[in-house]
Amino acid sequence: MSATPSTAFEIAAAVRAGSVRAIDVLEAHLGRIAARETDIHAFNLVTADEARAAATRIDDMVAAGRDPGPLAGVPIALKDNMCTRGVPTTCSSRILEGWKPPYDATVVSRLAEMGAVSVGKTNLDEFAMGSSTENSAFGVTLNPRDTSRVAGGSSGGSAAAVAAAFAPVSLGSDTGGSIRQPAALCGVVGVKPTYGTVSRYGLVAFASSLDQIGPFSVDVRDSALILESISGHDALDSTSIPQGPLDLLSVLDHDVKGMRIGRITDMPEGADPDVLGRLEAAFDALRAAGATIVDVELPSLKYGLTAYYLIAPAEASSNLARYDGVRYGCRVDAVDTNSMYMATRAAGFGDEVKRRIMLGTYALSAGYYDAYYGKALKVRRLISDDFARAYGKADVLLTPTSPIPAFKVGEKADDPLSMYLCDVYTIPTNLAGHPAMSVPFGDSRDGLPIGVQVMASTLGEQPMFKVASALERHMNSSGVRS
Amino acid sequence: MSPAEIVVAPNDGSYLIDGYELVCGLEVHVELATATKLFSASANRFGDEPNTHIDPVTLGLPGALPVLNRHAVELAMRIGLALNCTVQPSTFHRKNYFYPDMPKAYQISQYDQPINVDGWLELPGGKRIGVERAHLEEDTGKSTHVGGTGGRIHGSDHSLIDFNRAGVPLVEIVGRPDIASPDEAKQYVTELRQILVAVGASDAKMEEGSMRCDANVSVRKPGAPLGTRCEIKNVNSVRSLGRAIEYEARRQIALIEAGESIRQETRHWDETDGRTHTLRTKEDADDYRYFLEPDLVPLDPGAEWIEAVRAALPMLPRERRLRLSQATGAPADGEAVMVVVERGQDDYVLAVAESGADVARALVHVKEAYAEQGARPSVPAADLARMIVMETSGKLTSTQAKTVLAELVANGGGDAEAIAAAKGFEAMDLTALEAIVDGAIAAQPDAWAKYCAGEEKAMGALVGAIMKASKGKADGKAVTALLQSKRG
Repeated sequence: MSATPSTAFEIAAAVRAGSVRAIDVLEAHLGRIAARETDIHAFNLVTADEARAAATRIDDMVAAGRDPGPLAGVPIALKDNMCTRGVPTTCSSRILEGWKPPYDATVVSRLAEMGAVSVGKTNLDEFAMGSSTENSAFGVTLNPRDTSRVAGGSSGGSAAAVAAAFAPVSLGSDTGGSIRQPAALCGVVGVKPTYGTVSRYGLVAFASSLDQIGPFSVDVRDSALILESISGHDALDSTSIPQGPLDLLSVLDHDVKGMRIGRITDMPEGADPDVLGRLEAAFDALRAAGATIVDVELPSLKYGLTAYYLIAPAEASSNLARYDGVRYGCRVDAVDTNSMYMATRAAGFGDEVKRRIMLGTYALSAGYYDAYYGKALKVRRLISDDFARAYGKADVLLTPTSPIPAFKVGEKADDPLSMYLCDVYTIPTNLAGHPAMSVPFGDSRDGLPIGVQVMASTLGEQPMFKVASALERHMNSSGVRS
Repeated sequence: MSPAEIVVAPNDGSYLIDGYELVCGLEVHVELATATKLFSASANRFGDEPNTHIDPVTLGLPGALPVLNRHAVELAMRIGLALNCTVQPSTFHRKNYFYPDMPKAYQISQYDQPINVDGWLELPGGKRIGVERAHLEEDTGKSTHVGGTGGRIHGSDHSLIDFNRAGVPLVEIVGRPDIASPDEAKQYVTELRQILVAVGASDAKMEEGSMRCDANVSVRKPGAPLGTRCEIKNVNSVRSLGRAIEYEARRQIALIEAGESIRQETRHWDETDGRTHTLRTKEDADDYRYFLEPDLVPLDPGAEWIEAVRAALPMLPRERRLRLSQATGAPADGEAVMVVVERGQDDYVLAVAESGADVARALVHVKEAYAEQGARPSVPAADLARMIVMETSGKLTSTQAKTVLAELVANGGGDAEAIAAAKGFEAMDLTALEAIVDGAIAAQPDAWAKYCAGEEKAMGALVGAIMKASKGKADGKAVTALLQSKRG
């Protein structure tokens, strides 16, 4: 093979064919990490030695005539909230500093079985709470497209790792937009699949009813490849849908002729004009490709953000209660157990995490439950009902992924509410458990990447990927940026 | 629940302490006899080395997720059905509170939609005690507080935690406040224990903690509104339960009589001083912030499974007692029937009867001599039956029968006739006995005259002489009968 393969799809094919060695692919990526990681800070930990050992095993298998699997030799970066046996898993929090899980997350073991090579653990907002990766206890991740700007969050490290070509693909987790928003800000593809398609076993929980793992990649095909690899039922996750892996690669070349693309007429306002301009361009491109644009109403969408900021913190307040200093991670000793809890949690958690624990504890407290958490659950049902009506008319919906392109580091750090607004378009999907993905669709006038969000109904990954693939084809053929 | 919502079964007034009625409801936790834990594959075993049955789920490690144990659901349904509950679709909630032996800082439990609701348990005497619910939940780990006094966390030097028990499946059986006396409370727990063992749900050993009992106690004047209740914890035996309830009732009555009010609180039973002590007041109670457990899906066993479990339920203790009572003529709530059914020896008694023995004698012998034998006595039923036939046909006196039976039990069976012969218990037929009786009457005419005149005490001298003459082989009952018939 003359050209060095760069996508996961090409790498796996070349490694399986024996035309390229996994170790050489890995070294090329480690070389880029060595050159640029100090400027970007995508990783909390680069596991170069373990990766070299894994790549060598892959090459040995190929040499011995055995097939290492559909992801043979593909370097992959893992968000540092996925458990990796014997490798520190911090959630970018002091409270878990030094903790080494005794087990692998289901996604981690599936990737390894398929021949992927983990290159390290990527930075995130502490416990995935944030939209800029500025809430990491270990420093901010910078946007490879403009290092004065944030990479988005909470999976900023995984988005930046792909944008900087530290790895062709990575995994993130998305609770309210934590894959899609950084993908948009970094100019890469990011997918949040249907709740229950990818096992959460071994994903450190933020908000259990919303969390879902998904891929980042440069192109749509690689996300399809990774999602096919990690999806499918897992007996260790009771919320896992009892079905086989998603079938996605086979639909990518299908055209979108006759598909119904929904435009939300009562979409929350406040998006940047450049962002809205690219969304219009996306509608135009799909119309030109033979799709029909239909108007849909989602009147309850505007309550999504509020409902999310009650439900997610409520679950988080419970999920994060286990970090008490008794069994693992950080412990600050004190005179008695209660004082030890308080000292440990005061020292171990950052401000945003504490803010959400307090919010969530309050929302669940006796006397407040009905007014806050209970009402938020009702809104969640209303949003699902609205979506159900909308998907009666449309196969997919198109919105901006983020209301704004990548912002400057520090710009929103002291204003939690404006930071929360970054997720206004992504949150409703999580509340409904639906799939959605962000596809790069050109740049702002300042040259910053802009993503378009393709949303679909439960298990609507096929139409979603068809449309995403069509948008990508349009961009590649229009020559704006490839 | 506010006191006004509680409906209490009418107290029949048979139990009053200093003019006050007792109102008591029990909450019983039982560990289910599953092979593995409620939400993970670690073994559910008592008494092993600490922290040997643990895994990421048990320890609440980051990222671990619960998966419901199907067998635990089945055992919970058995309990519910045996307690006449409705089995319904249910959900799991998180009960949030911090404690070092609670690894996730929340307990997964059932809250507003428990698997079993609205049942009852019938006491041996026939009174029904309501069962509000019987729900599934996970157990905590076990803390051992080192140093300090009394094994309490307060004042200890350090604490050790064993997570083997964490995640063990429990069913909490919440009884309605229908219990009106300490004795009823003891009967309830004893009966419940037998039901749990009978359906194979639990070994239900209070001393090992596989069955734990908390008592809600209040008192009131007959007809008055319900009093403030206190919850009594740390009751570790049926006997302690009765003592603790009685102590607590008397404590509350003394307060009321002194013009003071009862504080709603949780109290700790101290076995050594026989008192209850304040553990925490209502004001200190945690706000558990219950919410639906997002890591689990709703549990709907479906009619087919429920009916299969119902159909496979074994005969329950109450039915066994009725069956044995009908067969023997002994009262169903009498000591012999109660004891034999509790030991699980009723099938055996009936088998002895089937081998040709008098069933009432079989009941008495098994009750008296089989305390150590358990549900599968080592003496073959036919061997005991032969001994009983000898006894009822007059070949053995009741004293001799006991001796032979002791030998049978000691040897795990044997030929009763051979044992009797070896002991020199030759058969004494009625003709031989009558001759001895006539001899005694002739030798003691005064005693005989007094006896004939209605002086029953005079019979003692005659019987003594007959026994002596027969070298103890005469059956006391047969002798009495002979004497009575001769008196006319």
